[in-house]
Amino acid sequence: MRASDLLHPRPEGLYCPPGDFFIDPVRPVNRALITHGHSDHARSGHGSVLATRQTLDIMGLRYGEDFAGTTQAARLGEAIALNGVSVSFHPAGHVLGSAQISVEHQGMRIVASGDYKRRRDATCAPFEPIACDVFITEATFGLPVFRHPPDMEEIARLLKSAAQFPERSHLVGAYALGKAQRVMRLLRDAGYDRPLYIHGALAKLSAYYQSQGIDLGALEPATVESGGRQDFAGAIVVGPPSAFADRWARRFPDPISCFASGWMRIRQRAKQGGVELPLIISDHADWDELTATIKETGAGEIWVTHGREEALVRWCELEGISARPLHLVGYEDEGD
Amino acid sequence: MNRFAELLDRLVLTPSRNGKLTLLTDYFRSVEDPDRGLALAAITGDLRIAAVKPAMLRTLVTERMDPVLFGYSYDYVGDLAETVSLVWPQTPGRIANREPTLGEVVARLQAASRSDGPKVLAGLLDSAGISARFAIIKLVTGGLRIGVSARLAKQALADFGKVEVAEIEELWHGLSPPYTALFAWLEGKAEKPRNTAMALFRPVMLSNPVGDGDLEKLDPMDYAAEWKWDGIRVQAVAEGGIRRLYSRTGDDVSGAFPDLAEAMDFSATLDGELLVGDPREATGTFSDLQQRLNRKTVTPKMQQRYPAFMRCYDLLQLGDEDLRALPFRERRRRLESFIKTLDPSRFDLSPFVEFTDWQMLEDLRRAPPHPIIEGVMLKRWDSPYVAGRPKGPWFKWKRDPHIVDAVLMYAQRGHGKRSSFYSDYTFGVWSGAEGAEELVPVGKAYFGFTDEELKQIDKYVRDNTVERFGPVRSVRADRDNGLVLEVAFEGLNRSTRHKSGVAMRFPRISRLRWDKPANEADRIETLQALLQES
Repeated sequence: MRASDLLHPRPEGLYCPPGDFFIDPVRPVNRALITHGHSDHARSGHGSVLATRQTLDIMGLRYGEDFAGTTQAARLGEAIALNGVSVSFHPAGHVLGSAQISVEHQGMRIVASGDYKRRRDATCAPFEPIACDVFITEATFGLPVFRHPPDMEEIARLLKSAAQFPERSHLVGAYALGKAQRVMRLLRDAGYDRPLYIHGALAKLSAYYQSQGIDLGALEPATVESGGRQDFAGAIVVGPPSAFADRWARRFPDPISCFASGWMRIRQRAKQGGVELPLIISDHADWDELTATIKETGAGEIWVTHGREEALVRWCELEGISARPLHLVGYEDEGD
Repeated sequence: MNRFAELLDRLVLTPSRNGKLTLLTDYFRSVEDPDRGLALAAITGDLRIAAVKPAMLRTLVTERMDPVLFGYSYDYVGDLAETVSLVWPQTPGRIANREPTLGEVVARLQAASRSDGPKVLAGLLDSAGISARFAIIKLVTGGLRIGVSARLAKQALADFGKVEVAEIEELWHGLSPPYTALFAWLEGKAEKPRNTAMALFRPVMLSNPVGDGDLEKLDPMDYAAEWKWDGIRVQAVAEGGIRRLYSRTGDDVSGAFPDLAEAMDFSATLDGELLVGDPREATGTFSDLQQRLNRKTVTPKMQQRYPAFMRCYDLLQLGDEDLRALPFRERRRRLESFIKTLDPSRFDLSPFVEFTDWQMLEDLRRAPPHPIIEGVMLKRWDSPYVAGRPKGPWFKWKRDPHIVDAVLMYAQRGHGKRSSFYSDYTFGVWSGAEGAEELVPVGKAYFGFTDEELKQIDKYVRDNTVERFGPVRSVRADRDNGLVLEVAFEGLNRSTRHKSGVAMRFPRISRLRWDKPANEADRIETLQALLQES
């Protein structure tokens, strides 16, 4: 069978005709397989959802318990037959609960990796390369300019700045699911043991991470009730990036705005966003991880989706690997 | 190299002056010689790297990677130095055990010949990580563009050593990278370096603005008054055959005014205002003066059309004699006789404004005899010439600012304390025929309002946003809706860069006109008329 008979893009998302299911559909469908809990991949309103336990829990926290007709938890590495198509979930190392989905039928195996990264992250299981015929890779940072530095170096810069400017507070912008908890965990790993102040949008998810055995230390709400303005002097505050442009941020003394994102590699991005201390910490693979992963899977064909497809397709050409962009709509190109 | 690279990265994104000073002083404290001195030289623009040229960068990088992938990368990043620093291929075996220090990098770049320049640069880039590569490329291309002036760097040195910035300025031109003796003194490990160089800068004396009620406490008889000329405050120093023109912050600007330097055939230090024209006939306007500013080279034609001259305020040194401790009355007397020996087409005396009481001076101040006069200066007859801005001996009493009513068009988010406020405002005035009026932007201002007013404008901006572009919001502004801002400014320049054709000097928000309908704001013709006057 041809690979495109097993999986191909439809307006709703990536569709498997023999199995009659979609992967990460952007519109409500009858049966959805979901790689991870970020809102552009995990939407509510599907008939049934198959995902890891943690992804289902996260969707429940975000959308309420009735986010889908029925749900089924997929155990990592365990094959499930759907209309004769064998599917299995494998860790993707992106955020808690994130998984690649392997789809196998009549000797053809395609791995849809969703979003992934390769470096160590104490807040989720590490990526496992799966040998396959076709590997579907993301390309959020699919340009040779994106080379993420070691994350502990970035955290060290944050801690140095906090020591250098003890009278100011450091506001770290980080997406509510995954990035925020990873930044907190990294701070703990670096020996920072003071309470971390968090924006309300992070509370439920951070508590969930803690319940899954990921120790984030003492977290306190960054509300004025929890202290006067001067109590935030020297504090590290974590919140969604959008909150720092908002009136919410006024409670902090002379804040230094920090943003934890792979985009912070580009100075102009930091400058335009008014970011004073960019922290290059990403939950996506950088260029070197993308190219190494493609080789590691041994796939003869690569489909490239959401991001800068053309550079990765070009690289595959130069390496003699067949590749094409997979035009899926509805995913946030900017997500990190 | 990494510490220098990190300093550059922090400085470029830190908007606040105090933040930059902290970063610089911490760097001076934690980094040893000669690296800190070389970093200082790189920031002040005193580091020369001759044989390595930025043009070779693109060739070097496309020899090492697929040109198509480089093209995609450069298109995305938009800055060559940054792109090359990011995509430069890192071959694992070729990275040295440790990255080179700033001192080693500078030494290798400076020792490179024209023919081995590319090889030396490539070798350095191979041995460095991403941030260090960026810093190396910035050293080579010159012009760090990190928003730190030489003046700010000197202030950081002063903070670091807990000395007055004037002391640094006075020493500066006798020193050279890596400034080891300077740092040793600032750390209290050595005596202050002695200056043996000729024609050094003497830190200038500055004045305070006349505040409310200041004059009532002062006796008019204690003060001399002069016009305040709106040119460029300069110091002309000639000594031992060396001639230098310094800006008031001690930058050497001689190169831009060779015609004036040519006439400095004396041994003295003069304080005065650089203007254009022939002082015996007519003084040029600010627009005329502008023709001579910010130019790397000046053509003979330009020098002929807009000759530079100096209107002298003070005499600080004559021959070997330092006059600064003498009272102003005595220095002025010496200046008057000295100036008679100079070329009258290049040097003249700043005339006194005769007055008997403050009211009389007030009337003169309001109606100055020349458009390039921006007020009057008051100097105590008995004041010595001291560096800095002491309170009392000298006052500036400026002409009242110009005022225009403009409409708020765009607002941009501020930085630091103001990062959650829309605090930088672009405003416009009406232009076009009746019935088809349009707002045309005429300036941008980010101060002049109180914290309370800032909150009110911020709310207005958020409630009346029509479009957003990154940190900028476009605000509803038409004939029927809009916030009128009263803007005060010091003068207008003709501008080819702005659509309106005018650029304001020193604009600030002087009042919020919540009461005024947008369609009653001023028209561009009001500003154009002002341009004609100057």
